[in-house]
Amino acid sequence: MATTVQQPPKVEPRRSPQPGPPGNGGFRNLLPNDGSLRAVQDHAPAPSKTGIWVVLAAITMSFAAFTSALVVRQGAAPDWHHLTLPNILFWNTLVLLASSVTLELARRRVAVFMGGPRTVDLSPARWLYVTAFLGVVFVIGQYSAWLQLRSQGLYLATNPNSSFFYLLTAIHGLHVLGGLIGLTYVIRKLNRVVLRRTTLDSFSYYWHFMGILWVYLLLLLWMRL
Amino acid sequence: MHDTSAHAAAHHGPPTSFIRKHIFSLDHKVIGKQYYGLGLAAVIIGMVLSWIMRIHLGWTNYAIPGLHLLSKTGAPGDVITPEYYLQVMTMHATFMVFFVLTVAPFAAFGNFFIPIHTGAEDMPFPHFNMMSFWTTFVAFCVMLLSFFVGDGPTLGGWTQYAPLSALGPVAGPGQGSGVVIWATSIAIFCVGQLFGALNFIPNILDLRCKGMSMWRLPLPTWAWFITSCMGLTSFSVLMPAVILLILDHVAGTSFFVPSNLVLNDQLQPHSGGSTLLWQHLFWFFGHPEVYIAIVPGMGIISHVLITNMRKPMLSHRILVYSMGALAVLSYMVYGHHMFVSGMNPVSSIAFSFPTLLITIPSTIIVLIWIGSLYGAKIRINAASLFALGFISLFITGGVSGFFLAQPSIQILLHATYFVVAHFHFTMAIAAIFGIFSGTYFWFPKMWGRMMNDTLGKVHFWLSFIGVYAIFMPMHYLGLAGNVRRYQAFVVDYMQPLVGVHQFITIAALFTGAVQFIFIYNFIHSRFWGEPAPDNPWQGTSLEWSIPSPPPHDNFGGRHVVVYHDPYQYGVQSSTGDYVMQDSPEQVKTINEEP
Repeated sequence: MATTVQQPPKVEPRRSPQPGPPGNGGFRNLLPNDGSLRAVQDHAPAPSKTGIWVVLAAITMSFAAFTSALVVRQGAAPDWHHLTLPNILFWNTLVLLASSVTLELARRRVAVFMGGPRTVDLSPARWLYVTAFLGVVFVIGQYSAWLQLRSQGLYLATNPNSSFFYLLTAIHGLHVLGGLIGLTYVIRKLNRVVLRRTTLDSFSYYWHFMGILWVYLLLLLWMRL
Repeated sequence: MHDTSAHAAAHHGPPTSFIRKHIFSLDHKVIGKQYYGLGLAAVIIGMVLSWIMRIHLGWTNYAIPGLHLLSKTGAPGDVITPEYYLQVMTMHATFMVFFVLTVAPFAAFGNFFIPIHTGAEDMPFPHFNMMSFWTTFVAFCVMLLSFFVGDGPTLGGWTQYAPLSALGPVAGPGQGSGVVIWATSIAIFCVGQLFGALNFIPNILDLRCKGMSMWRLPLPTWAWFITSCMGLTSFSVLMPAVILLILDHVAGTSFFVPSNLVLNDQLQPHSGGSTLLWQHLFWFFGHPEVYIAIVPGMGIISHVLITNMRKPMLSHRILVYSMGALAVLSYMVYGHHMFVSGMNPVSSIAFSFPTLLITIPSTIIVLIWIGSLYGAKIRINAASLFALGFISLFITGGVSGFFLAQPSIQILLHATYFVVAHFHFTMAIAAIFGIFSGTYFWFPKMWGRMMNDTLGKVHFWLSFIGVYAIFMPMHYLGLAGNVRRYQAFVVDYMQPLVGVHQFITIAALFTGAVQFIFIYNFIHSRFWGEPAPDNPWQGTSLEWSIPSPPPHDNFGGRHVVVYHDPYQYGVQSSTGDYVMQDSPEQVKTINEEP
């Protein structure tokens, strides 16, 4: 697999160079300055954007494992009792999806804020606070769904359906709580004007993914439990 | 606010305080060494546990002085009970598989060398990287804790098969809190490894230096990349599995425990669970895990061999593609662990086919090694000897894999010592030889001093003879019907086999003792070894372009630019028969790939 430097250069600039601090030996901000380099490209995605996909892949695999466990467990024995989902779950779904919308509004505000003159006060964090509020409402709503099930005498170990209900909602809820912690971090960075665009973008991928995952889980619970 | 996350994330100043420098360090090199130290501690624990097992198997009633200190109930009169034998066995496997074979070749060397091989200053998310180590360390401590709980650590084996593992103390000694502690430790370990993958994958994809295309990455970095992808997708499945296990154990759910199970004359309150479900979830992780253990070793020994052969492998790309094929196929073959589980026989065939298929990329990798070695004037040193030993062990273990891949033969050999021989040769000892090869090769770079090569060679030859003496006779034992996991061989047909076990025990004690040569060499060289030059082996990859040991930011603020493929040996350059990756010198290559 030997190559020589005499080969014609394959420089494929995709984006004009952006100024950035010198540092990590990363090649993203440096266009090849001589023709003898066989550079792949001058731009690579930011690690946080790749990183968030790594996180989402891990979460997807975990929930795929839980789903397969649910399907196998349902077919394993005739002790599967139908469970009526609390209505509040559907309202919660709307709340979580609304929080995705407010997050997108926040991203646009932040984009304008970053591009515009700093003297204009656009309060870019306002929609992020709304997103956080909706996230908290969602978590409280999920908790109240648990309380409703408990009032019907359905506990974690009552039957396999209730086990999966509590388990899946709890694990998803923990991920949403993790998202809220991430959101607090984002808001703090924004208020100090040290937020990176990629951090906000990566966070938004995570948050939207939580919404999509919840819709999937709701469908799964609705159809299977 | 420009898109500068990579720069800022990877750029942190050198620490000044002791704690930041050596304990809660963000430096990938320190974290790599911490992982190495953890692996070393775990391998010593695992080895001592294997000695206890082996002595018991050879001389069942022999009292090992002081053993009662480990457990009063488990080893009354310094002789272990049958249950405690299983507990020791479980801990041996757990420490070795998770805290040695996953930690050392992958997390330790990967952490140290991935940023250097890619030309980066550090990992993209140093805080997560630090958390990765400390989470793994907590998992290690939690696992150790199980030696100190009431009925001792779990006895369920590293596979922790349900339903017995899911029932609690009623299932017998070692099935109580030991299982919960084991499962908790493994869950924490999974988090640590996911943090690791979170750094490795973006580093390799996004932080490569100028000119460093993916194909210019050295083979170990390719292996770590492939392993990271496997770790990402398998540990994230093990985690839900252990969560379900813990819930069955402590919360009374019935994921894995079937109905009407009577144990110790007690009807269990669970209903309807699927015991096979645990096996499916576990082995979906478990089989990729054995490749997580071995693939980094493949990359490491290829790197070592190429440097010592002074020529590249026959094909860099096919080697990488084959390692990738191993990773993909490893998810499709896991059912071959379950041929006797009561699974549908059609499924057995379905899992048998990819199991036979996976021998193809394995064979390609071995043939590339052997073909490249053909006619090579290899430099013989401790690192290259261990690399050659790796190939020998991998072939030996692989050949028995052909037999075990077929359900009709595997059913006979299942749970016998034949299987023990097979997996120890491949994933265990071969992987350990990979770690040794990497250690002798990279020690000068990691610690800035040379190891004693003569002691290294002695260590190799005695270990090589030793491991064959331990594991070769196990094939015979397995064919003779000797079942594994038995703590004594009282059945008539097994009686004549005890002599073989005694031989294996002596070999195990001998091979274990030989490892102290390595530990002596390691410690002595660390403090009193000859100072290492920057490039002691005349290597070409980026780790050899920087001082030994590397400075805090790896390249001393230099913007690395890569001009060459990773293994430009056999060329004529101003430095000799090789040209460094970051050397702008134009050379005429000899081993050009068609």
